[in-house]
Amino acid sequence: MSTPNQEYVQRFGLLPRFLHFLVIVSFLTLAVTGMALKFAAEEWAGAVAELFGSFEVLGNLHRFCAVITFTYFGLNLFLLWQNWQKSGKSFIGFILDPEGLVPSAHDVKELVSTYKWFLGLGPQPRYGRWTYWEKFDYMAVFWGVAVIGSTGLCLWFPETFTQIIPGYWLNIATIIHSDEALLASGFIFTIHFFNTHLRPEKFPMDPVIFTGTVPLDELIHERPREYDQLVASGQLEQVKCPPAPRWLFVTAHFFGLTALTIGVALVLSIIYTMIFVYAK
Amino acid sequence: MERRTGRERGFGWRLLPLAILAIILLVRPASALDDGDCLGCHNDPDMTSEKNGEEISLFVDEAQFAASSHASNGCTSCHTDAKVKGDEHPVPLKSVNCGKCHADVESIYRKSLHGQALAKNDPFAPYCHDCHGKHDILPASSQKSRIFILNVPATCGRCHREGSAMTKTHDIPAKNIIENYSMSMHGEGLTRKGLTVTAVCSSCHTSHNVQPHTNPESSISRQNVSKTCMKCHANIEQTHVKIVRGELWEKEPEKVPACVECHAPHKARRVLYEDSMNNAYCLNCHANPELKKIEADGSERSLFMDMSRFEASVHAEKRIACVKCHVNMDHTKNPVCQGSGKVDCAICHAGQTDNYNASIHGQLAAKGDRNAPLCTDCHGKHEVQARTNPESPTFARNVPELCGKCHREGEKAALRYTGPEKDIVRHYKESIHGKGLAESGLMVSATCTSCHTAHLILPEKDPQSTVNRANVLNTCATCHLGIAETFKTSIHSELVSKTDKKLPLCHDCHTSHAIRRVDVPAFRLLILEECGTCHASETETYFDTYHGKASLLSGGEKTAKCSDCHGDHDILPAYYTKSRLSRQNVVETCRTCHPNSNRKFTGYLTHATHHDKEKYPYLYYTFWAMSSLLIGTFAFFGVHTLFWIPRSFRERFKRRRQHSHERFFE
Repeated sequence: MSTPNQEYVQRFGLLPRFLHFLVIVSFLTLAVTGMALKFAAEEWAGAVAELFGSFEVLGNLHRFCAVITFTYFGLNLFLLWQNWQKSGKSFIGFILDPEGLVPSAHDVKELVSTYKWFLGLGPQPRYGRWTYWEKFDYMAVFWGVAVIGSTGLCLWFPETFTQIIPGYWLNIATIIHSDEALLASGFIFTIHFFNTHLRPEKFPMDPVIFTGTVPLDELIHERPREYDQLVASGQLEQVKCPPAPRWLFVTAHFFGLTALTIGVALVLSIIYTMIFVYAK
Repeated sequence: MERRTGRERGFGWRLLPLAILAIILLVRPASALDDGDCLGCHNDPDMTSEKNGEEISLFVDEAQFAASSHASNGCTSCHTDAKVKGDEHPVPLKSVNCGKCHADVESIYRKSLHGQALAKNDPFAPYCHDCHGKHDILPASSQKSRIFILNVPATCGRCHREGSAMTKTHDIPAKNIIENYSMSMHGEGLTRKGLTVTAVCSSCHTSHNVQPHTNPESSISRQNVSKTCMKCHANIEQTHVKIVRGELWEKEPEKVPACVECHAPHKARRVLYEDSMNNAYCLNCHANPELKKIEADGSERSLFMDMSRFEASVHAEKRIACVKCHVNMDHTKNPVCQGSGKVDCAICHAGQTDNYNASIHGQLAAKGDRNAPLCTDCHGKHEVQARTNPESPTFARNVPELCGKCHREGEKAALRYTGPEKDIVRHYKESIHGKGLAESGLMVSATCTSCHTAHLILPEKDPQSTVNRANVLNTCATCHLGIAETFKTSIHSELVSKTDKKLPLCHDCHTSHAIRRVDVPAFRLLILEECGTCHASETETYFDTYHGKASLLSGGEKTAKCSDCHGDHDILPAYYTKSRLSRQNVVETCRTCHPNSNRKFTGYLTHATHHDKEKYPYLYYTFWAMSSLLIGTFAFFGVHTLFWIPRSFRERFKRRRQHSHERFFE
């Protein structure tokens, strides 16, 4: 909980937070409705279909959330374009900016020093604005939407797509779509959840993606390089802000924890199925 | 005049040879037998003698004798002891023995009721002359003969007339014989219509071999009476085939009522029962509510007959009298129904009974199984109704309940049944047939008996059973003919598939009792299971694709099922041109659900699996590529997380210590 005398800095603007909200809502829905079909033979999948009414409702929700996904994908591209414009860099320079979201050689070094830190062989790395696992999260969603989205469109409009592609490609699209989705949901609901929210330092969750603000102490402790850069560029005072209002803080926790619970429940169902049903 | 004179003149000449012949004939007997000697004494009307204290006439009417059949035989041919030399013959003469000439007839007579009575010196026992006359004996063809057909009832009636000395001294069960006869069809024919072909006493009882009906040899015994009647009513069996199955006359004649049971003897009229043993006669006793029978074991059984129950029955409608079913009435017994035994429905319903006897119900009943139903258990007794009557238990709408009395779960037939069909009555009622019958009121809906038959019910295992695998298609085809014909052209028909494998039949897919509409979710989902019993791998791979997976979820009945693509009764492999999946038809088949289906679209693998490397390498390698990516990602980050966890705990505790330290110094 925040204390009144703490200083806060703004980490996420309104648009990125809104995008993440869209991701949560659409991704959870897509995962639940999609996995229910993928694991249709399981009891929990049947229960999900019962809950929503029928597999057709699941399908309609899935396609509705696909539209949300395409929407946030487009908004994200818009956001990137905006940031590129603001940065004043060339397109390549913007993409390959070491402080940007695209992984670079520096991230490999950081990965190595992180392992050293894990093992007590070195100090905590001086992380910048984006750690390598955060970059992976971002790239995974970017890549995932492209792969799952394109194959999903094939399956949504099979008669149209088979004007061009052979029919059996739909079978391939199905495998790619569902296995990539399995990877995405498995990753988000375990690795991302742990890295960002569930690890002991953050448990039960990190509300920054909802409130947009982070205590200055935490920034100094977790992202010293970004802090240094903010100090050096004199932008620190610009990003300093009042703490998030209490209602937002509470809402963020309520919403975030609900999403976490659904995600964890789903991933546990999948793991259960993989181990106890497929292993048979 | 002239003409007449001419004829008279020539007449004498022409008659001369005839006149000579007549003289020879008239003179010859007198001279040969010397009857003139006999008549010399016996033509005196006052000539009498005494026999057993009674005066008897010894007069012989010469003219009468001369006209008789025996005129040419001469007196001594019968009165043999009178043939003596000299004037005096022994007195008295012995009784005439007709058997001297009529030996065969006499021997029959001796064995007859009349002959036996004579042997017992019954004073009423008739001898030949009582019926045939003495010196006035005439052939039966002579209208003056006592045994001329028109005179027979009167001849017999001399003794058998009610109130005669004979009837008063003898116990003859049939009463008012002559009176009844005269009012009967036979009697009417004889006396009012003058028919010489009608039956008289001797037609049925014979002339000389008169026997009581209790003698099995008698022409009127139960065994023989039909034969006797049929001497005149030759084709009467055919008339009665409407009521009695023809073969029964020959095979089981004891089951057929004897003519006289319906057409009472002596009273035979067109109106059968009212004039003979009618219902009112039975009700003299059976209308009494107190009437009981005490069984051998001492228990009591009511013999009360509530006619109100019978009056609404189909038997009442058809004017079936009590005695038509309760046969074996015996006039010599009191009451006449004593020991008449159980009703045998086969008397009239032979075909149904034959079927019943062959059925499992009949087989069990024959073994004395108390659970086995009898005719009356389904049809009722006196209240029996036609199956077209909505009140009847055998009316189509009531049949499931009727069979359910024993075959409902927990009842006696269901308890002894060990087969796979459970809860059949409930399943039937929920089925399309049951709902058609009860809810839609369709009288064409199949009931139990439509498939199992009403009387020839046999277990499914029996090759004769209508529900045996060999017959079930034809059984269903009685209503679903078109479907059956289509089915016979499908790969599932043995006419198309020459295989040792078990081919499916109607009930394999539709079930036996729980048959549903094919468009209800429960049936559409059942298809997958049913096809899967033989096509296991196809079903498994079906569940790897969208159609199959969605099938498993709520509302999943809407996605394509086996029959939607492969067809149902017309199912054929894709290499048949007629198959719904042949190259010619597949696009159209997909279009039933996917209106924009095209040739390439049909290339979608509806039974694809990524587990089959040989058949679907693209899918196999795609799957493993995706799985490798998944495993790699999780391996990398899994390890990362595992190492992070202890570090993260340590960091959390470190910061807490820091916080408490700061707070301490503040």
